[in-house]
Amino acid sequence: MSKSFFGFPILTGIDLDIRPGEVHGLVGENGAGKSTLMKILAGVYTRDEGTVLLDGDDVEFSHPVQAQLAGISTVFQEFNLLPERSVAENIFLGREPRVMGFVSRREMNRATAALFETLGVDSISPSTRVRTLSVAQQQLVEIAKALSFDAKVISMDEPTAALADHEVELLCRIIANLKERGVSVLYVSHRLREIFRLCDRITVLKDGALVATRPTSELTEEELVRLMVGRPLSTFFPDKALGASVGSQPALSLEDAGNDSVDGISFDLHPGEILGVSGLQGAGRTEVLQGISGAVPFTRGQVRINGTPVNIKTPGQGIRARIAHVTEDRKATGLLLNQSVMDNALAGVRACSPRRSSAARPKATELFLELELSARGPDQEIKYLSGGNQQKVVLTKWLLMDPQIILLDEPTRGIDVGAKFALYVLMRRLAAAGHAILMVSSELPELIGMSDRILVMRDGRLVDELPGGSSEERILQAAAGVNTKAVAA
Amino acid sequence: MTTIRYTTNRLPFPTRAIRSLSTPGGAIYLLLLALLVILAFYNPGLSEPGQLSRFIGRSAPIAIVAIGQYFVIAAGEFDLSMGAVISAQVVLAGNLIGQDPAQILPVIVLMIVVGIAVGVVNGLLTTLLRVPSFITTLGTTLILSGFTFYLTGGAPSGNPADAFRAIGRGGIQNVPVIGFVPYSVLVLIALAGAAVWLMRRPFGRMLMGVGDNQSTIALLGAAPWWIRTRAFILSSIAATIAAILMVGYAGVSPVVGQGYEFIAITAVVLGGVALGGGRGAILSAVAGAYVLETLVAILNFAGVESTWRPAVQGAIIVLALGLPLLWTKRKAFKILLRRKASTAKTPNPTAPQSITEKP
Amino acid sequence: MSTISKDLKNSLLSSTGTVYLVLILVVIAGACITAANGRNFFAPGNISDLLTSTTVLGLVVIGQTLVILLGSLDLSVPFVLSLSSVLSAGVMAGQSTNFAAGIATALLAAAAVGLVNGVLVGLVKINGFIATLGTGLIISGYLFTNYRGTTGKASPELTAIGTATLGVIPVTTIGMAVCLVIVALFLSKTRTGLHLYAVGGDANVATMSGIRSAVPALVAHTISGLLAGVAGLVIVSRLGVGSPEVGTQGGYDLLSIAAVVVGGAILAGGKGSIWGSLGGILIFASIDSVMGIMQVNPYLKEVVRGLIIIVAVAVYARRNQIKIPARFAAIQKAAPTRPTNGATR
Repeated sequence: MSKSFFGFPILTGIDLDIRPGEVHGLVGENGAGKSTLMKILAGVYTRDEGTVLLDGDDVEFSHPVQAQLAGISTVFQEFNLLPERSVAENIFLGREPRVMGFVSRREMNRATAALFETLGVDSISPSTRVRTLSVAQQQLVEIAKALSFDAKVISMDEPTAALADHEVELLCRIIANLKERGVSVLYVSHRLREIFRLCDRITVLKDGALVATRPTSELTEEELVRLMVGRPLSTFFPDKALGASVGSQPALSLEDAGNDSVDGISFDLHPGEILGVSGLQGAGRTEVLQGISGAVPFTRGQVRINGTPVNIKTPGQGIRARIAHVTEDRKATGLLLNQSVMDNALAGVRACSPRRSSAARPKATELFLELELSARGPDQEIKYLSGGNQQKVVLTKWLLMDPQIILLDEPTRGIDVGAKFALYVLMRRLAAAGHAILMVSSELPELIGMSDRILVMRDGRLVDELPGGSSEERILQAAAGVNTKAVAA
Repeated sequence: MTTIRYTTNRLPFPTRAIRSLSTPGGAIYLLLLALLVILAFYNPGLSEPGQLSRFIGRSAPIAIVAIGQYFVIAAGEFDLSMGAVISAQVVLAGNLIGQDPAQILPVIVLMIVVGIAVGVVNGLLTTLLRVPSFITTLGTTLILSGFTFYLTGGAPSGNPADAFRAIGRGGIQNVPVIGFVPYSVLVLIALAGAAVWLMRRPFGRMLMGVGDNQSTIALLGAAPWWIRTRAFILSSIAATIAAILMVGYAGVSPVVGQGYEFIAITAVVLGGVALGGGRGAILSAVAGAYVLETLVAILNFAGVESTWRPAVQGAIIVLALGLPLLWTKRKAFKILLRRKASTAKTPNPTAPQSITEKP
Repeated sequence: MSTISKDLKNSLLSSTGTVYLVLILVVIAGACITAANGRNFFAPGNISDLLTSTTVLGLVVIGQTLVILLGSLDLSVPFVLSLSSVLSAGVMAGQSTNFAAGIATALLAAAAVGLVNGVLVGLVKINGFIATLGTGLIISGYLFTNYRGTTGKASPELTAIGTATLGVIPVTTIGMAVCLVIVALFLSKTRTGLHLYAVGGDANVATMSGIRSAVPALVAHTISGLLAGVAGLVIVSRLGVGSPEVGTQGGYDLLSIAAVVVGGAILAGGKGSIWGSLGGILIFASIDSVMGIMQVNPYLKEVVRGLIIIVAVAVYARRNQIKIPARFAAIQKAAPTRPTNGATR
């Protein structure tokens, strides 16, 4: 059985084939296109070009149900389950078995129990409410659902991200079980150790294109990482200020900070410094920023600003401590989409020091001109601006609040090249002026080009600190846990 | 991507004004003008400034209530208790003032305090207890009207002093050109002015922000619960002021305010204010209130009984919300059809190779 | 822990179980309060009154439950109820020959309104609160214009049904119970019923499974309208006449929503049960009954009702929102050796 197809603006020219009973790994950095590929197979997105062949038949999906009926099931990271309904109801949603016109619960439960039996799982009762199951069990429900469609291919998106070790063992057994029955698995993950353990062949994506497909036996972890990155270094970034003054007293100092999502975070951030934070998706980078700014506060450890211990539990406290936090998703948490450009820029000042808002207006205009904002005027609705310009307005908003410490979460995501460069220049200028910048980024070139030092996170912990200018491979190795002693779990 | 250099130069006011007429918030003024002209047909007396002035004055309470509701809707909530607040305040005024004019000022102060209290209760229940605002305010309606009916036994009662009545009924005589300017119009103008000013202030912008995206506002250190509670307070105060005016000509009865909240919501919707919050201009809501009143007056002259008023409101609400949705669905439907047509013609490429490797 | 005993534990602690627990407490409290005043809560007359008032509200609540499960609301209920009462009484005009016509007119009109609501909510996708508010207002305009005070007269057959009892239980209450059972079966034994939960719970998941969300919306709202129509008929059967204000006077919109919420449903949709709603109705009816026995001023009853509604929704809204467990709770669970204070590793 094979599946092959072409592209989509985010993906180009992917040729991929998956054999029956094969566990096929799909790896790549954040943003390489793994998710998009999976969603095309799942029928969530449609491809622009190319073909998908299933057992030799050309298939085209315009709705996820079609994909499932054709035999391609997908277990997404955010489960598609109804928490208040039972396991059986979830599995048979939309195709509930009927006896004489009425839904037969007995039949549903029986069929569900049979599915779990084939999987070798006996701990889940068909009538339990999904909400009461553990994450691992919910995942099993999704897998059982896939089986119920007689899936030939099951895609799994980061299946072990939220599993404990013993649960991962169970999943491995299940996957082995699936292999025996001739079901193929497309295993998308950044956990290279598991990829090597489970997969027969591995396909590497990079920047939306296919890099290679190789049998696992022919690869080592280092080689894999090399395939995943390895771009020509670009001289695209503004020069680091030579002899930039890095103050001795750290502007921000974390000691063993932690909460539900991260643990044992310790580092120093100096004025004039750009500290990059790298890690794979789900490593906890955003959570560290949220802890610092007070959006989702730390519950353990010590945070010091300019040497003084602080206790920041709300965003308001963070702002008063002169911390700015540009969030990852500007549409969800950074912008007021229906408001004007000026209203967005002034929103911060209006929220925390309303008396200064009229004085802030001319300053906002200054910043707009400096950043070369492209907009028709202060009254234009911000939703009509391009991503890059929207981000400029968000930055203006925060800069107007006179921060000392600036936290940036994926600041150039979804932004065109020109605007990116403008932002890089701004960041350098801010650092040179004495601000302390902490930048989370999934774009390795950007991280390398802009950071003075690079922190690497993995599974909620800070695992490495690398000098600026480290190679992409080195960073990704640390992020993926290759060639490192296993951290005490 | 064309780069437009940012400029603070705003288009001259006339151009801006004309451009805004194409938005719902602007078009309402045209509609109002058109309806007033139609009304003048039926009632030629209306073209006389004095009569027009009186017409505006009679409908002022509705516009004032619309202003109050605007604050709440801009913040993304609903205040369905306005009618009960009006009735309660009217009864309060009627019974406490009696015939003693000295009582007028203290009672007005008391009414404002009561109004603020109701707003605080509505606000806290909605924000801190997380009860959806329509349930909170329907609940406070029951509580308020229950008390009101209890105290009055269900019948009109109280006979406030003429001086108090004059606020709602009276006005300035012998004004040049216009003739008679009711006090209620002055109150309305003052309130509308204050409201416009308030919306320009940081508080007003935060209010819009909360209705637009609460998370963004919360991350800026503002307290959404306090912003929304103040919206409810403003709404109750507006209802209170409307009540003061209404004592003048509606008499004191426990049902005097019934239905006002729905009239207010309709007016706000007509004015192009989005029901989820975050968009809309306050003066458009006022225009919406007058469009409604003019429409009702026209229907009256056309022989339609005023008891149809709620039906007109209901129809307006459904159409005002449904038509835009249908319109966007039409566009989405067309896009869908176009896409289906194009994918059907995707040619099959040459047989794909099974393994491809890039060096 | 074996899953069977876990299921049992879950259902006892479930919302429905809690509701009936609360009901029992309310009844006990009510009985004590009334006994302290020398009255008997369980007197046959009182039980009969309680059941009677339960019937009309019950019919409305059944419909409201369906709509709330969907994540929508039906605020047009009081007006549909009034409409049904005036239409049926008007057409019947006291004549036996018009019995069937009266019933048919009322029910058809009621179902038609429900269908319109369903179209607005399910196809045009207007928010349920607004859509039903709008249709309710439209009907109220019609009612205010064409009817003043009570009107029409029930056919003798209808009055007979209205007054018939089976022992202490009125026949109409049995009728409501039958409707309840039918709808309960619909919810658990038909595909559309199950899909209703899905669409209300998570419309995206439902769509991914190929469910067309318009269908449950149409069905739920039409049934709600229809049942409100039946409730109107029951009122006519008791009063003997129709009235354009009977729906609004009873506050059926807010009360029905409150009963459904007290019964364990979540206003966002996807969670709730008919039996829970029934418990909610009985709770409110019992409280009303106690207040009636204590001869509390009817206006003060309103105040109490308002308070209870707010408290009920507040308490139930505070319960765990429907949520799949956060992915990163696992980090905490998976690492029991993780230090919980700032201790060094």
